[in-house]
Amino acid sequence: MTPKIEISGLRKSFGALTVLRDINLHVEPGQVVALIGPSGSGKSTLLRCINLLVMPNSGHIRVGSDSFSFGPGSKPPAVMQQARFRSSTGMVFQHFNLFPHMTVLQNVMEGPVSVKKMPKAQAVSLAQALLAKVGLSDKVNVFPTTLSGGQKQRVSIARSLAMEPEVMLFDEATSALDPELVGEVLGVIRKLAAEGMTMIIVTHEISFAREVADRVLFMRDGLIVEQGPAREVIGNPKEEATKVFLSHFHTRG
Amino acid sequence: MYQWHFDIVWSYRWLFLNGTAITVGLTISVVFLGLLVGLVAGIAQLSHSAAARWSSWLYIEMFRLTPLLVLLLWVYYALPIMTGIKLDALTSAVMTLTLYGGSFYAEIIRAGIVSIDRGQSEAGLALGMPPGSVMRRIVLPQAIKRMIPPLMNQSIIQFKNTSLVSVLAVPDLLYQGQLVAMETYRALEVYTMIAIIYFIVLLPLTVVVKRAENHLAQSN
Ligand SMILES: Nc1ncnc2c1ncn2[C@@H]1O[C@H](COP(=O)(O)OP(=O)(O)OP(=O)(O)O)[C@@H](O)[C@H]1O
Ligand SMILES: [Mg+2]
Repeated sequence: MTPKIEISGLRKSFGALTVLRDINLHVEPGQVVALIGPSGSGKSTLLRCINLLVMPNSGHIRVGSDSFSFGPGSKPPAVMQQARFRSSTGMVFQHFNLFPHMTVLQNVMEGPVSVKKMPKAQAVSLAQALLAKVGLSDKVNVFPTTLSGGQKQRVSIARSLAMEPEVMLFDEATSALDPELVGEVLGVIRKLAAEGMTMIIVTHEISFAREVADRVLFMRDGLIVEQGPAREVIGNPKEEATKVFLSHFHTRG
Repeated sequence: MYQWHFDIVWSYRWLFLNGTAITVGLTISVVFLGLLVGLVAGIAQLSHSAAARWSSWLYIEMFRLTPLLVLLLWVYYALPIMTGIKLDALTSAVMTLTLYGGSFYAEIIRAGIVSIDRGQSEAGLALGMPPGSVMRRIVLPQAIKRMIPPLMNQSIIQFKNTSLVSVLAVPDLLYQGQLVAMETYRALEVYTMIAIIYFIVLLPLTVVVKRAENHLAQSN
């Protein structure tokens, strides 16, 4: 089986600061990969490179049938090409970034209507179905400000799913939530995993990573230091850095 | 004690009315045109293209930092000598006021756009929206709400600014008042009347701005 996501030799620096050194990874179709690592290790930057919100300095990125090369001798993708590519990679942000001037329904419809030019009526029923799927049928016509953090994040997942993406990228989707609201968002992600969605999940929920992820990647200082089946990397890490990082979580229970 | 004779003003009421109408009409046109110019220049300030940023910066600062009276006189008297294009007084006035107001609007519009959280445009981009749609559908609708009070304040200033066009003999309220004052030797009554008219037109507008500001403060 060819991987759904394939990344090789990816590098990124911001000025003098090198954030990604040499990233190589692949994700099989339907696989869930958890990306863990200390703050500043480059997890968000990697995720944002994968959907071109950040342009890498060099390396290759392939998602499905779209592939891009960066670095000397290769032209960065044009604006419209970037937009078309992003429409098939869903991204969920830590701070939700819902559109506050639109209702919940309009938030979810926005992608299909403005990018895919889907007829309004069709977009409404698609949005309603997705909101039902994340358990928010009763919030269709309210504005995002009236929602709890957990509800906002579920809307934002529905908004991404409305584009029918090939892969989903989650950047600390539960980090901004009160502890009692984390479960409802993880529940939705779990459901997507069961449906066979290909996903890369940046998370600090180590037990969730062990439960849902097929593979875990541990990043430090812009490198993937260790990777393997979730149970192995989390239960029995080989690298010292991974052990130290995970020990913070074990002591917390 | 000075004997006020407002009955003289009353007998020239049609001139005052006509002048007020011209001042209001002039303001409406330069506010509308200035907003268009300001939108273009404000967005150009945020462009990826260095040429667009640089030229809009030059325009904005040139007009913001030159006194309006100097600009009006320059466009009317100096521009024709330099370019050979002679504009009539009204056209010069509208053009100058538009560009002058536009430079202030541009700053308000730029500041309004950058005040919107980056996460908003990132969310739009992540859905696959091209940058133009992100601006139109996500950023501007939110930014405009924040821009309305300062844009209205700037427009009130613009209303008062129009009085300067009287130096080019554009028949606005002040210019027509000057004619009446010269004819009647009743400068005190005439200029008092003009001040009152400006005040009466602007008072309701400032109330509206205040309301808009309060409304915005509450919704944040
Ligand atoms: N746009 C940017 N400009 C400059 N530096 C940046 C930018 N984005 C990220 N960085 C820097 O790159 C480094 C890696 O950041 P990144 O957000 O990828 O880390 P992270 O692993 O996601 O951390 P966290 O767990 O805190 O979210 C940090 O030092 C950060 O300050
Ligand atoms: Mg991060």
